[in-house]
Amino acid sequence: MGLELRNITKRFPGVIANDAVNLTIGEGEVVALLGENGAGKSTLMNVLFGLYHADEGEILIDGEPLTLGSPAESIEAGIGMVHQHFMLVPVFTVAENVILGNETTGAFGRINSRAAEQAVREISEEYGLHVDPTALVESLPIGLQQRVEIIKVLQRDARFLVLDEPTAVLTPQEVDELFEIVDALRKAGKGIVFISHKLKEVLALADRIVVMREGRTVAEVDPATTDENELASLMVGRAVDLVVNKAASQPGEPVLDVKRLNVLNDRGQAAVDDISFEVRAGEIVGIAGVQGNGQTELVEALTGLRDPLSGRINLKGEDITRASPREIFEAGVAHVPEDRQRSGLVLPFTVTENIVLNRYHSAPFSKGITLDWTKAAEETTRLVEEYDVRTPTIDTPLSSLSGGNQQKVIAAREFDRDVSLVIASQPTRGIDVGSIEYIHSRIVAERDAGAAVLIVSSELDEVTALADRLLVMFEGRVVAELDPKKVSNTEIGLYMTGSGSPESTGASATDTPEEAS
Amino acid sequence: MTDQEKFFSDLTGVGTRLRTALLTPMLALITALLIGGIVIAVTDVDTLRLWGDSPGEAFSETISTVAGAYKALFVGAFGSKAALSETLFAATPLILAGLAVAVGFQAGLFNIGVEGQMLIGGMTALYVGFTVDLPGPVLIPLVLMGAIIGGGVWAGFAGWLRANSGAHEVITTIMLNFIAAFLVQWLLKTSTFQEPGRTDPISRPIDSSARLGRIFGGDLRVTIGLLIALAAAAFVGWLMYRTTIGFQFRTVGANADAAKYAGMNVTMLTVGVMATSGALAGLAGANQLMALPPHQAQVGFSGGIGFDAIALALVGRSRPVGVIWAGLLFGALTAGGREMQGAERIPVDLVEVIQGLIIVFIAAPALIKAIWRVKGDTDEQSERITTGWST
Amino acid sequence: MTSAAMPSDIGGSDLGGSDLGGEVRATPEQRRARIVGLVELAMAMFVLFIFALGEGSDQDATFKLALPRDRFEPLDWTVNPQIVGIGIATVLAVLAGVQLTKGFGSRANLILGGAMALFIFAFLAWAAAGQSFSLIGMLTSTVVLSVPVTLGGLAGLMCERVAVINIGIEGQLLTSAFVGTVVGSTWGSWTAVVAAALAGALLGWVLAVLSIKYLVDQIVVGVAINIFALGLTSFLSGRVLSTNPQFNSPDRFRTVAIPWLEDIPMLGNLFFKQNVFLYGTILLVVVIHFGLFHTRWGLRSRAVGEHPKAADTVGIDVLRIRYRNVILGGAIAGFGGAALTLGSTGRFEENMTAGVGFIGLAAMIFGRWRPMGVLGAALVFGFARAMQQKLGILGTNIPSEFLSMAPYIVTIVVVAGLIGHARPPAADGQPYIKD
Repeated sequence: MGLELRNITKRFPGVIANDAVNLTIGEGEVVALLGENGAGKSTLMNVLFGLYHADEGEILIDGEPLTLGSPAESIEAGIGMVHQHFMLVPVFTVAENVILGNETTGAFGRINSRAAEQAVREISEEYGLHVDPTALVESLPIGLQQRVEIIKVLQRDARFLVLDEPTAVLTPQEVDELFEIVDALRKAGKGIVFISHKLKEVLALADRIVVMREGRTVAEVDPATTDENELASLMVGRAVDLVVNKAASQPGEPVLDVKRLNVLNDRGQAAVDDISFEVRAGEIVGIAGVQGNGQTELVEALTGLRDPLSGRINLKGEDITRASPREIFEAGVAHVPEDRQRSGLVLPFTVTENIVLNRYHSAPFSKGITLDWTKAAEETTRLVEEYDVRTPTIDTPLSSLSGGNQQKVIAAREFDRDVSLVIASQPTRGIDVGSIEYIHSRIVAERDAGAAVLIVSSELDEVTALADRLLVMFEGRVVAELDPKKVSNTEIGLYMTGSGSPESTGASATDTPEEAS
Repeated sequence: MTDQEKFFSDLTGVGTRLRTALLTPMLALITALLIGGIVIAVTDVDTLRLWGDSPGEAFSETISTVAGAYKALFVGAFGSKAALSETLFAATPLILAGLAVAVGFQAGLFNIGVEGQMLIGGMTALYVGFTVDLPGPVLIPLVLMGAIIGGGVWAGFAGWLRANSGAHEVITTIMLNFIAAFLVQWLLKTSTFQEPGRTDPISRPIDSSARLGRIFGGDLRVTIGLLIALAAAAFVGWLMYRTTIGFQFRTVGANADAAKYAGMNVTMLTVGVMATSGALAGLAGANQLMALPPHQAQVGFSGGIGFDAIALALVGRSRPVGVIWAGLLFGALTAGGREMQGAERIPVDLVEVIQGLIIVFIAAPALIKAIWRVKGDTDEQSERITTGWST
Repeated sequence: MTSAAMPSDIGGSDLGGSDLGGEVRATPEQRRARIVGLVELAMAMFVLFIFALGEGSDQDATFKLALPRDRFEPLDWTVNPQIVGIGIATVLAVLAGVQLTKGFGSRANLILGGAMALFIFAFLAWAAAGQSFSLIGMLTSTVVLSVPVTLGGLAGLMCERVAVINIGIEGQLLTSAFVGTVVGSTWGSWTAVVAAALAGALLGWVLAVLSIKYLVDQIVVGVAINIFALGLTSFLSGRVLSTNPQFNSPDRFRTVAIPWLEDIPMLGNLFFKQNVFLYGTILLVVVIHFGLFHTRWGLRSRAVGEHPKAADTVGIDVLRIRYRNVILGGAIAGFGGAALTLGSTGRFEENMTAGVGFIGLAAMIFGRWRPMGVLGAALVFGFARAMQQKLGILGTNIPSEFLSMAPYIVTIVVVAGLIGHARPPAADGQPYIKD
C-alpha cells in the first residue's frame, strides 16, 4: 500500500531534470527528499502533482498505475501538495480558500459558509492546527497561512501530502509547531514527502531520507544510522572541479565596510540580520549560501536598490548607506545583477543600447543631452571583440543572444571602467561552460587590477574556486568565515544548512548566538 | 550599421523585418475595407429589397454601390489637388495626436487623454492669442508655446498621479478628458473667451495674425501646420533615439526594473513622458483653432481626434515615420469619407467603423493571419501595452 | 501588503523611520486621515460663513416632498437656512475635530460621506432660500439617472472581478441602445430588451476572444470597441434610421407602480413608481451581490480575478470562467443600453451615451468593485447630475459645468488613493498564461 514513482524521467531543453527516479512513500511514514537547488526535487513533485508530464516512467498508488494530467486528477487520486509559494487567495477567508474548487452547495449554488467553517474547525482540531476559519488569509502570519494550505489538502481527503520546502519561510517557533503537525498527520496514517535542504530538520523528522543530486536519486538512508556530515556530502557531492588559475591575493586597504547592517525584505521580515564584514582591495570575498537566506536583499542594499533598516555601508570611507544606484555607480562600483534579464538588461534593446545602459548620461557617450551613437557603436564593437561576445551585429536585440553572451555584455559594461568594487551576484547562473570560464577569468582580472570583489553565489564550486575568503550566510547572518583552500565542501554545506559547528545549535536555530564578525 | 542607418531603422521600425512590418498592416487595411464594404452593402435598404425579386440585378447593384462608395473615398482623398490638400489638411492634427500617444506607448504609458489635452492646449493657445499683441511671426510661436504648456501640464498631472500614487493613467486621463470638456464649456461662456453677442459657448475668433497660413494659398486648405506636424515628428524621432532623455523614456517603457538599476529616476520620467505627450496633443488642439476656419473654439473642437490617435499610434507601431504614414492614411480616409458622404450619401461614420476594425486587426496580428491563413513568424506577438490598473 | 506578525514588523508599505535619526515620517494612512479632517473643517467653515450667514439665508426654504398627484399631497418641509446652517456647521466642526485628533479609523470614510451629505443639505437650504423647491423631484431624478450608470458599472464589475478590464462599456451601451430601438420598433419592447442584451453579450464575447485567446491588450480592445460602436451606430443611424424613421420609434416601457408601496411618502415615489429598468437594476444588484459573495459561482469567479494560478491548481477552468463572466457582463451592459432608449424617450440619437459608460466605470471604482457600492456611487453621480439640472431653476451662481465635473473629480480622488485604497482584483488586466 502506498505511493510509488517508478523510473520517472523528465527532460527540458538542454537538461535532464529527472533521470529514472524511483521513490516510494508508505502510509504513515515521512520520507524526506533532500537535495540542493536544481537537484530535481521540484520537478519531480510537479510531475506528481500533474503540472508536468513525465517523459518516461509511471506513478502508482496501491499498485495501480495512474495518469495524472492535471492537478485535479492528482487531488482526486489523494495526492495533496502544500506549495512553497502558497496558492491562497489573500482576500478570502480561510474557509473560502479551503473549499475553493470543492464547494458543497445548496439551492442556486449557495455556499453554506457555516458548514464550511465547521469542516475547517474539525480538521483543525483533529490535527492540532488551530486556525480560525473566518480569518482573512492576508491577515495571518506565514506559519498560519501554511496551515491553511495543509487544511486544504486534508479537506480533500489527501492520503499523501507533499510539503515543498515548508520551513523556508517559518520562524523557529513555527517550525517546531509544524513538526508537531507532521507528527499528527503521520499518526493518522498519512504518507508525507518532506522536501528540504535543512539537514537538522530532516534528521529529526523523517523515517527515511532520499537524497537527490543532478536529477538522480543517489542514496536512501535511515536517519538513525546517518549524520549531518554524511548527508551533506551525499547532497553536495563531488561535481566537476572548476579550476581557476589565480595567484595568491594581495589584499590592500578595505574598500567596502559593512557595519551591523539590517535589511527588511518585501514582507517586512528581517532578511539581513546584523551583518558586518569588509572587503579589501585586491581580494575576492565570496558569500556562499542557499538562495533565500538574505543574499539578495544584502546585494540590493549594497547597490542602492533597497534602503537598509539600520546599519552602515562605507565605500572607501564614504557613507553610501542610503545612496542612490546612480551615486553608487559613479563612486566606482560595478554590479553584475542576480537576475540579469530583469534588472541588468533590456532585452528588446540592442547590444549597443545595453552597453550604454548605465553610462549614457556622461561622456563620451553624450554631449549635453544628445547621445553619440557613433561613439557608442565604436565602444561596443571594441568591447564585443574584447569580451568575445558572440552576436551577429551590435544592433542585434539582446533577446537573441544566449545567456552566456548576455552575461558577457554585462561584464563588458561593468568592467570596462575604473572600478574599486565589483559586486557579482550569481554571475554564472544559467550559462554555458565556456562562458563561465570566461566570466571567472574576468573577475579574477579585476581583482588583480586592484578592485575589491564581492561574489554572491549559491554554486559552491564557483564560490570556493574564486574566493580568497569565504563567508557563509544562513538566515540573514554570517555564520562562518572560512578559508576556501582549507575547508571541504561538506563542511561548507553544513554551514549553509544551519548545522555547522560550533556556532549554531538545535534544529530550530532559535538560539544562534550573536555573531561578531 | 552606420549611425545613420541605425537612426533610419529606429525611426521607421523597418529593419530586417520588412515583410512583417508591411504585410500585416496591409492585410489589416484590406480586411477592414472589405468588412466596410459588406456593411455598406448590407445597409443599402433599397437594394436589399431587390434580392428577393432578381438576385442578379441586386448583386450588380450591390457591387456598384460598394464600388461607387470606395471610388468616392479614393477620389476624395487623392483624386485632385484639392483632394490631396484635404488629405494633408486632415492628416496634420492626426499626426500630432498620434505622436502624442506614440510617445506614451514607447514609455509604457497609455495616454487616452489626448482629447482633453487638445482642448486645454487649444484654450491656452487661444488665451495667449487674445492677450499678447505682437506681429505674426513672433505671435505664432508664442501661441504654440501656450498650447504646449497647457497640454503638457494637463497630461503631466496624470503622470504625476501615476508616479506618486500608482493611479493608472488610463482612468485618470479618461476622467481628465471629461473634466477638460466641461471646463472648456464653462470657459467659453466667460468674458475672456466668449464671442461678444453670443450666449452659446463659442469663442472669439483667434486673431488673424495667429492663424497658420496656407502653404499653397488660395483654396488649398493645407497650412504650415503640416510642416509643424512633420517637424514635431522629426523632433520626436530625435528626442527618442538621439537624446539621453529619450533613451531613458524608452528604457522605462521596455523594462522599468532595469531603468531603476541603471540609476534612472522613474518618477520624474513618468511625469516627463506624459508632459511631452500632452505637449504634442496641445499642439494638435492649437492646430484645430489656428488652421481650421472659423478659428473659433467650440464645444468638442477636438473632434474625436484623440481616440483616432490611439489607432494611429498602434498602426504606426509607435514610430515617428509610422505615425506619419498612419496619419496620412487616416487623413485620406477622413477626406475621402467626406466625399463619400457628399457624392454617394454614405455617412462618414463608416470611416470610424473601418478605423475600429483596423485597430483590432493591427493589435492582433494572429487574428489577421488566421483569417488569411498566412504562415507567419510565430514570434510576432500581440503587443502588451499596459499592465492593468495597479502598478 | 501582508503584515505578518513578526517582531521586526513595521507595517504598511512604508519602511517607517530609520533608527539613525529618530525621524518618524507620517505613514500614508496618517496623512490621509489628516487631509480628511481638514476637508471636514473646511466644509464646516464654508457652511457657516457662506450658507448660514450669507445673504438671504434668513428666508425660509420650502422643500416639497411629494409630487402633485400623490396620495399624501401636499407634504412640505420648511427649514430656515440660517438655523440649519449653524447646526450643520457645528456638527461638521465637531466631526473635523475628532477626525484630526483621534480619528475615526475604519469608519472615517463613512463619516466623511455623512459629512458631505450634511454639507449638501445645507447648500440646498441656502440655494432654495425664499423659494419652494421640489426636493422629491430632484431625488426621483437622481434615481432615474443612476440606472444606466449602475448597469454600466455592474457590467464593468462582472468583467473586472475576473480580471478583465472592460473599457468598451460605452460602445456596448451604444450598440445595444441602437439594437433596442430598432428591434423595439419592429417587434415589440420585450423582444427588444432581449435583443439588446444579446448585442451587448456579443460585444462582450468579442472582448473575451480578443483579450483571452489572442492576447490583445484589454484596453486596446475596449477602445476599439468604442470607436467601432460609435462609428457603426452613427453610420446605421444616418443611413437607415434617418430615411426610415419607423425604425426609430419603439414602444417605451411605462412606469409600473407597485400597489400599496407606492403610497409610502417619499420612498414610494423614489422606488416603487418606476419602470422595469429600475426594478431590473435593483434586482440585478441584489442578485449579483448574492451571487458573488454567497455562491460557488461567485467564489470561483473572484478567485480567478484575484489569484488565477491558485484557482488553476484546484482544478478551476480559469479561461472558461473569464469568457462566461465577460459575456454576462456584456449582456448587462446590453440591458443598460435598452434602458437608455426604451426606458426613456425611445429615440436613438447618435452618440447618445455621451460618456455614461465611463461614469459607470468610475462608479465601479468608487464602489470598490462591489454591487452595492456601484449602486451607491451611481446614486451619488446621479444626484450630482440632478442637482445640475435643478440648480438652473434655483438660479444660483454656480456654473453647472462644475457640478458636471464632480463625478470625474471624485473618481480621480478615489483612484489616487486619497479616500483609502481602492483595490481592484489582484490580477486585473493581466491575461492568464499557463506555463
